[in-house]
Amino acid sequence: MSERAAKITPTDDDEQADDQITDSAAPDAATETEAEADSESTPKPVTNGAESVIRALENAGVEYAFGVQGGAIMPVYDALYDSDITHITMAHEQGASHAADAYGIVAGKPGICLATSGPGATNLVTGLADADMDSDPMVALTGQVATDFVGNDAFQETDTTGVTTPVTKDNTFSTDPDRVGTDVSEAFALASEGRPGPTLVDLPKDITKSDTEVEPDAPKTPDTYEVQEEADPEIVAAAAERIENADRPALLLGGGVIKAEASDVCREFAIEHEIPVITTMPGLGSFPEDHELSMEMAGMHGTGYANMAITHCDTLIGIGTRFDDRLTGGIETFAPDAELIHIDIDPAEISKNIHADYPLIGDAATVVEQLQAAVDSSPQATKWRAQCQQWKSDYSMAYDAPEDRPVQPEFVVEALDEATSDNAIVTTGVGQHQMWACQYWTYTEPRTWVSSHGLGTMGYGLPAAIGARVAADDDQEVICIDGDGSFLMTLQGLSVAVRENLDITVAVLNNEYIGMVRQWQDAFFDGRHSASDYGWMPEFDKLAEAFGAQGYRIDEYDDVADTIQEAIAYDGPSVIDVHIDPQANVYPMVPSGGDNGQFALTEDQL
Amino acid sequence: MTDETYQQGLEGPPPEERPTPAGRRNKQGIRIDPEVEATHEPRRTVISALVKHEPGVLAEASGLFSRRQFNIESLTVGPTKNDDRARITVVVEEPDPGIDQIKKQLRKLLPVISVRELEPDAMRRELALVKVDAHDPAAVNAVADMYDAKTVDSSPETATFEITGARQKINAAVETFSQFGIREISRTGLTALARGTDETAAAPSTDDAASTADKANQQQTQQYTQTTTDD
Repeated sequence: MSERAAKITPTDDDEQADDQITDSAAPDAATETEAEADSESTPKPVTNGAESVIRALENAGVEYAFGVQGGAIMPVYDALYDSDITHITMAHEQGASHAADAYGIVAGKPGICLATSGPGATNLVTGLADADMDSDPMVALTGQVATDFVGNDAFQETDTTGVTTPVTKDNTFSTDPDRVGTDVSEAFALASEGRPGPTLVDLPKDITKSDTEVEPDAPKTPDTYEVQEEADPEIVAAAAERIENADRPALLLGGGVIKAEASDVCREFAIEHEIPVITTMPGLGSFPEDHELSMEMAGMHGTGYANMAITHCDTLIGIGTRFDDRLTGGIETFAPDAELIHIDIDPAEISKNIHADYPLIGDAATVVEQLQAAVDSSPQATKWRAQCQQWKSDYSMAYDAPEDRPVQPEFVVEALDEATSDNAIVTTGVGQHQMWACQYWTYTEPRTWVSSHGLGTMGYGLPAAIGARVAADDDQEVICIDGDGSFLMTLQGLSVAVRENLDITVAVLNNEYIGMVRQWQDAFFDGRHSASDYGWMPEFDKLAEAFGAQGYRIDEYDDVADTIQEAIAYDGPSVIDVHIDPQANVYPMVPSGGDNGQFALTEDQL
Repeated sequence: MTDETYQQGLEGPPPEERPTPAGRRNKQGIRIDPEVEATHEPRRTVISALVKHEPGVLAEASGLFSRRQFNIESLTVGPTKNDDRARITVVVEEPDPGIDQIKKQLRKLLPVISVRELEPDAMRRELALVKVDAHDPAAVNAVADMYDAKTVDSSPETATFEITGARQKINAAVETFSQFGIREISRTGLTALARGTDETAAAPSTDDAASTADKANQQQTQQYTQTTTDD
């Protein structure tokens, strides 16, 4: 996952950057190894705290950082000036945190974001909370006012560690220039060890400016942080017996499967024992959706067949999932007949929402291998599998796309899927478009689905596409499926995509509504469209052109395929303003707290 | 909405034509066995955590309790024999799954070294300062003697006593003192240690967190001794 788009050019106008700009066709690897060799032959000693911070990042193998300059973080940026780390200046700190988050998801190692003190740091908070909810590895470095001023309400001061404690895996206020680099190393190690998450180091300006020659320690988690890799063999044996004797087994793969690189072992396990596979939303891509055993996504807007399977199974093997309420619906009716085998690396997730009959704490890949070794015979579940297939045809995701109606969003998502390769990366904002992107795109590979799951952050799509593009392989397309409301929240990021000439395609499913809210208002608030009517949307294709990106517009079915082709072929950022049916709604739907098996297929079933 | 002729939605049998399973789960996500329906009443218990002695730890721990809506009765913190370690003693009232979750969430905090729930026979003590009107010093002193209260301050009008002991004892003392007119009270909240050689919060062993969770889950129906009555 080391290669990235060759089009990306560093913003620092030093010689290294100039080389890359003028010679963008040359593979990066060559330049990078050269640079590495250079720095190895002449290692510059650390002279101050800021350099120690950057050295810690370099030691950890960091290649990219996303951020915005500012007063209190200036010493760190000054040290970054001489570093081989490519800094991507974002238009807003929120974008920096989402880009770092998405980078972490796609690359499988922590993304880095930087911001200054006060407003810079608080602008990161949404991205930190987002990464925290989705357990994405990420490191945030924030400037802070000098320690003499801390606590005095100084200019651009915020109690950053105080503000971010509830939304980070861990945060540190650095107080010692000799130790500041090690604080960053530790934060880096912590971000991906065990259950991943965002970490933050707050860097007072005097600490980063102070002289020090102390080199940072190598990335290592603190002694008090312990992770259990292997599950208790006794419970593994009991769980294996339960699986062997199951009549209606189902696997539930969550985002943790992808984070633990356990997709392969889970696939082998499911296929060998012919167990139907359901995924959560963050788990999309952990199992190929075009496989016969795949029941796709369950939950509020999951497929009808996934929700039938999860409701009627008698043995549920949940891996790397935290049983979020959008998945479970009402607790009383969630898989009520199922004994739960729950695999998770975080003991606190066991029995937090749904009681685990077989708690298996450990790394997903390791524990699935343990289970695989312990299961001697496959469950006899021919009838159950037939039932699952029956549900797939009973509740198929087929939709109507009458020519005399405005373009249906499902059609656009499918067209985008068809126009791209299997390993294309999808990022989304949050809302109806996100659900259509879940339902109508066929995910087959892990780390190709980048979205805001737990926090549900509108505006996530575009900055995430930037981060994903930087982390992705050159031959991977990056498609941002966005909504009009969501896109409007962070579209200043287009300036970044244009400056860096990032090859991303944004498809805005524009219905001139905060569509998901409008859908709920129609269903539960007598159709009173309070503040959800976005009839004042700008023309996104023209807006894209104003930024220097390529703009397209789709109004009719006939335009869909060709325009998508053109936009994807365009070498740089492009935005397609897709005017979809403003009345289109997302189905199936389980009303909040409802029974998954009672999903509505039409509005009158709500 | 606007177009009556266009039916939106998906095809398939409506909810009433679908099979529904008979089972149910309770609020804690535990499958309900109608034969032995397990209910989880809140119980009072003491949790002791050994933490790194550094700024912000108490805020982190108390923030955890408030944002997860755990019902906390008292929380005390103080240094230990090791300068780098502090002990947090917290009294909570929660149903068993909640108590289990508190322990696990506390254990997740980076500065927390170990967490355990104390046995019902653990030593629990609280200190209270009670300032009462002392117009009748003899009577006041008689009450103080009854509760082993120490006089720490006296003036012509008031007397202030220090009382230590179990919560019940202090409650009883306060109630008895109230006949004289109580001016002010300050209580520390509970602190506790395990009995005998039993270590209150030992350095973590490798399988500490896991085994606690596993046991708690496997023995979901295990009955704990009620701890509302104190030593």
